[in-house]
Amino acid sequence: MADVVVEQGRAVRARGARKGSSLRNALGRKSTVAFFLTLPLILLIVLLVLYPAFYSVYLATLNKAMTKFVGLSNFTFLFKRETFWMVVRQSCIFAITAVVFKALIGFIVAHFVHNIPGKKQRKWRGMLLVPWVIPPAMSTLAWLWLFDPSYSAFNYTLSFFGVGPIPWLGDTFWARFSVILVNVWYGAPFFLIMYLAALKSVPEQLYEAAAIDGANWWQRIWYVTLPMMRNIIAITTLFSLIVTFANFDIVRILTSGGPLDTTHLFATWAFQVGIQSSDIPLGACVSLFMVPILAVAAIFILRDVNKRGNEA
Amino acid sequence: MADVALRKVVKRYDDVEAVRGIDLDIADHEFIVLVGPSGCGKSTTLRMIAGLEDISDGDIMIGGDVVNDVPPKDRDIAMVFQNYALYPHMTVAENMSFGLRLKHYPKAEIKARVTEAARLLDITDLIDRKPKQLSGGQRQRVAMGRAIVRNPKVFLFDEPLSNLDAKLRVQMRIEIKKVHQKVRTTTVYVTHDQVEAMTLADRVVVMNKGKIEQIGTPNELYHKPATRFVAGFIGSPAMNFIPCRLEDAGGTLQIRLTDRIAFALPPARAARYNALPRTDKLLLGLRPEHLTESHAHLGPGVETFETVLDVTEPMGMETLVYFGLEGTPICGRVDPNAGAKDGAPMRLAMDLNNMHLLNEATGVVL
Repeated sequence: MADVVVEQGRAVRARGARKGSSLRNALGRKSTVAFFLTLPLILLIVLLVLYPAFYSVYLATLNKAMTKFVGLSNFTFLFKRETFWMVVRQSCIFAITAVVFKALIGFIVAHFVHNIPGKKQRKWRGMLLVPWVIPPAMSTLAWLWLFDPSYSAFNYTLSFFGVGPIPWLGDTFWARFSVILVNVWYGAPFFLIMYLAALKSVPEQLYEAAAIDGANWWQRIWYVTLPMMRNIIAITTLFSLIVTFANFDIVRILTSGGPLDTTHLFATWAFQVGIQSSDIPLGACVSLFMVPILAVAAIFILRDVNKRGNEA
Repeated sequence: MADVALRKVVKRYDDVEAVRGIDLDIADHEFIVLVGPSGCGKSTTLRMIAGLEDISDGDIMIGGDVVNDVPPKDRDIAMVFQNYALYPHMTVAENMSFGLRLKHYPKAEIKARVTEAARLLDITDLIDRKPKQLSGGQRQRVAMGRAIVRNPKVFLFDEPLSNLDAKLRVQMRIEIKKVHQKVRTTTVYVTHDQVEAMTLADRVVVMNKGKIEQIGTPNELYHKPATRFVAGFIGSPAMNFIPCRLEDAGGTLQIRLTDRIAFALPPARAARYNALPRTDKLLLGLRPEHLTESHAHLGPGVETFETVLDVTEPMGMETLVYFGLEGTPICGRVDPNAGAKDGAPMRLAMDLNNMHLLNEATGVVL
């Protein structure tokens, strides 16, 4: 008897359900559910990425007082300024030199750390990661003291060898050298840890096979290590290239772009032009120039990963 | 091609002695298999021959030259690894030719050697593929190909078949044997699988706890094991060991298994064991195939007894029967038509002409 009652109840419910079925179907679809689940993140991205991006495009088309639409004349104005081309050059030199050294140092140190046995390795790994863990604004302040022309540890130490004093941040060459040095110091541990992970994933037997095949130390690195790490090297290098290119804090704290704007990067120059000199449209214009350059790098990353993903 | 000799070779890791002073002579063209349970030191021994592990003591000679301090690349050996160790970013041809390219061989010769090895191993069609696109068996062939093209003095195999499924393993076992018959290179092969050892080897080296237990042809090891370890390790199902002692009974020597069961030894065996003290604790070693159903024509030295079977395992061509004798589990092999059933009584025959007698304390076969 009870079974019958239940059956009747179910039938009634089914009839009621048919009315709102299209909405319910839409809600029941997996893609719809997925959309709603990701909606908060989509909103966040729209709010924090898309809106500012489009707003800066809009800003870049206004005049200095932000009262009139001037089209592309901010851009054409920039092209005529020598400082702009110096910033382009300096950004490229800064990013490429820093990334090359970070990758090189990371690779070499990763090999050393990889060969340290067991427990000691953990200690070294921890210590070597410190520069990357300290907030760069703070560690750069420490570097600022180290670079001080009169009382710094560097110049004091060098004085014993009869060298110096070196104007670390006062001379164009040394200032460029210093900002790159600090960026390398800060960024190399990231490469170290990525390469160390990649090294650990290379099967030991490949090295043994190579050793038996007659490969010397260098050939083992060239024919086994590097090809096996190719993916990680490509991704970390390009990723770091983007981050380094867009660097702000190190240059801002160490030199503020000086001497004579020679250490400015896109981000620091955009800040100076836009905020400090109150020409927000021109600042927006400068920062927008990073987009095509970074977009090319990003496309390379994604294309590379896709290609390698299919191959490996 | 060359002979290989190990003289008092020792390998120590901190406090642990993995290999404890082994001596071994491997003749030119010989196929030697090192077999033993995991941790017995067989792989370490192979890796010391390869030069991948330093030796702590002793000498290793290849072709008469001591190679203790010679790096792997200068030993003129080739090795096939358990997981193949193919370079994943190189094609089959590049994998096979890598060693030759490093040694700057002329391109024409490299091509000829690779083509020849590929033909020998039947992988000509795969030559442009990457390892990822190959099956386990194909990878195994490529790994062997990489060894063959080098035309080395010695081939070393480190458990090369253990990653393959059972059927492929049998197939590749035969391939390896065929390849060795063609190229005749001195080969040292490590495995934990005694069937592989028996089927492939000219001589088998049984290792246990870092020492060599016995060296011999597969038949010698099977029929004349020197120790309890070898007797138990070689052969599947393993040899039965039944506690027993010797007794004199009316001028004949008999072996007592339980209070109820005692058998007179066949004359040849009696003469051999007569000098042994009667008080020693002994083990009767008997392979399952010498414990069969009792049939009509029993020869001399074959004794029968009645038992109740615990479990039977029909294998098709034979049936394995398991029973206990005063707590000792025993396995026998009977004809599938002999009517063996779980829990049923059965009359079995023990062929004492093929028995072994072991000292229980020392494990030595007497």
